[in-house]
Amino acid sequence: MRELTYRVAIREALQEEMRRDPTVFVLGEDVGKFGGCMGVTTGLLDEFGEDRVRDTPISEAAIAGAAVGAAMVGTRPVAEIMYMDFITIAMDQIVNQAAKMHYMSGGKLKVPMVLRAPHGTGRRSAAQHSQCFEAWLAHVPGLKVVILADPANAKGLLKSAIRDDNPVIVIEHKMLYNDSGPVPDGEYLIPIGKAEVKKSGQDITVVATSIMVKKSLEAAQKLQNDGIDVEVIDLRSLRPLDTDTLLASIAKTNRLLIVQEAPVFGGFGAEIAAMVAENGLYDLDCPIARLGGWEAPMPFSPSLEDAMVPNADRIAEKIRTLVKM
Amino acid sequence: MPTTEVSIPTSNATQSKGAEPSSQQPYALDFLLKMYNQMLHIRLFEEKLVEMFARGTMPGLAHLSIGEEAVPVGSCNALRNDDYITSNHRGHGHCIAKGASVDRMMAELFGKETGYCGGKGGSMHIADFEKGILGANGIVGAGMPIAAGAGLGITLKGLDQVVCCFFGDAASNQGSFHEAFNLASVWKLPVIFICENNLYGISVPQSKHQAIKDVAVRAVSYNMPGKVVDGNDVLAVFEAVKQAVELARKRGGPSLIECKTYRWRGHHEGDPNRGAKYRSAEEIAAWMAKCPIKRMEGVLLAQGADSKRLDEMREGIRQEIEDAVKYAEKSPLPPISAALEHVYV
Repeated sequence: MRELTYRVAIREALQEEMRRDPTVFVLGEDVGKFGGCMGVTTGLLDEFGEDRVRDTPISEAAIAGAAVGAAMVGTRPVAEIMYMDFITIAMDQIVNQAAKMHYMSGGKLKVPMVLRAPHGTGRRSAAQHSQCFEAWLAHVPGLKVVILADPANAKGLLKSAIRDDNPVIVIEHKMLYNDSGPVPDGEYLIPIGKAEVKKSGQDITVVATSIMVKKSLEAAQKLQNDGIDVEVIDLRSLRPLDTDTLLASIAKTNRLLIVQEAPVFGGFGAEIAAMVAENGLYDLDCPIARLGGWEAPMPFSPSLEDAMVPNADRIAEKIRTLVKM
Repeated sequence: MPTTEVSIPTSNATQSKGAEPSSQQPYALDFLLKMYNQMLHIRLFEEKLVEMFARGTMPGLAHLSIGEEAVPVGSCNALRNDDYITSNHRGHGHCIAKGASVDRMMAELFGKETGYCGGKGGSMHIADFEKGILGANGIVGAGMPIAAGAGLGITLKGLDQVVCCFFGDAASNQGSFHEAFNLASVWKLPVIFICENNLYGISVPQSKHQAIKDVAVRAVSYNMPGKVVDGNDVLAVFEAVKQAVELARKRGGPSLIECKTYRWRGHHEGDPNRGAKYRSAEEIAAWMAKCPIKRMEGVLLAQGADSKRLDEMREGIRQEIEDAVKYAEKSPLPPISAALEHVYV
């Protein structure tokens, strides 16, 4: 299988969908000549022209709102929010508008839009360019929320999101864009709402999304030599959530560690923990554990930033403790 | 230091006074009667709501537009059926003017299954989606970016529809106003922004919520035409919007039309005595004397309409509203299972 970077895989999804469906278009800050702040849309302007690859003013509420309106009249906008932190400015349009139009209209209107946004730490970007707001969005009925953890999933999930008739928030990680991985040739879709078992194991289930999938796999690799057999699950989609895959895994391993980059308090891990406590408690041999970001805004200083979020060593250490319980 | 002066256009529309016809242009009597009929529908529909809210028989809350009827009617008559509008929390008038029927509207206000939104929208989200109404919005100012987006969608599809976006004077202070106006102007989107300036943001008078008298002057910042019209003169509104629609339809970009008007009721039913906590009785009376419907009656009679016919029309509409109430009362409530329908497509 060919190898592509995460960035190029996302770009391929956009290109293929724009070629397939003339109503698909891209809008966002610097997505044209500049190719997007993360370089994802490089080359799209040359292929599809200014009408379908639209540089917007720095106006996140208008970007999201324009996507809502354009979607309601029969196009399929793919809006890019440069950093997930900036989604705060667009929240009314996402939460009160996009998520509710279909419902409030009694099913008459639909909003087939995608909003892409990179979250996460690692670029020494401090408190306003590093946040992970997926729990906020997953809290809203009417939105779908997917998180891209590797190139193959990135391409297949984004294509599904573009074809979905609902508003879909597609979260990317800014430290994954240069990662390479195998990507199938030709057309394929990955369904929204299905988790993936990235590594099968017997001793403990580690559930993660985004870059934490990669770090959990690194931890699992380290522990392999110590005879600890870790199962790693990429949730891929937060809403809808694939509870079956999770519960089946816990029934097998009897232990659960949830890893997230966002602060633990009120994060999505809490939802997973509650769901498992309600539906899989008697399968557990030890308490559910969560590992996540510390409870503070993201500091700038690289040493502080690195300390704030889980890494493979910390995940491995936590797993060692849990499997002894 | 050199200073730069920016010329700010003020009201460039002739504001007609009293019951004078606002325009020298001849209108077919049928057209005038149609607009009169629509304004009466809005007035009588909402007067019925006043009565029912007072009796406590209506669920929820409603923001009424009695006194402001000329704005939606003048505007929507400048649109084609396939043109879009975005409406706001004070949206019954927009809905009626765009062609919705009062029985399904009433059913929606009663929360019934036969309502336009299946009872899931209510007063603040009432819309007839087959008439190009892209929802009515409970968030002040949220319709403006959506209208710009609809204009963008239309442009991308190569169609010649336009979008008419209704909002109030207070909504012009939201950030979404600036973002949407900027986007619509820089991309020359086919949007007509219609500010229904009823002089108050809930209880706060315009003089205390913005430092300008005419919202229309803000059009200068976006290099789009801005115009102030007498919002109680349905023909003045119609003419201004018609011109803006022509411009938008030929890809000439957006316009801002500010319609000066006044709501006769409080902010919502339940804001007592027509908003007397923050408005003087004299002010309210002075604006009620400038009734847009009475004024249109004057135009109609001057053009030879039969006053008996106007009375009959009024009675006919009154009956239609009564029938709408009966229809709403008789309609079933949505099944509880409907609460979980239409969350996703």
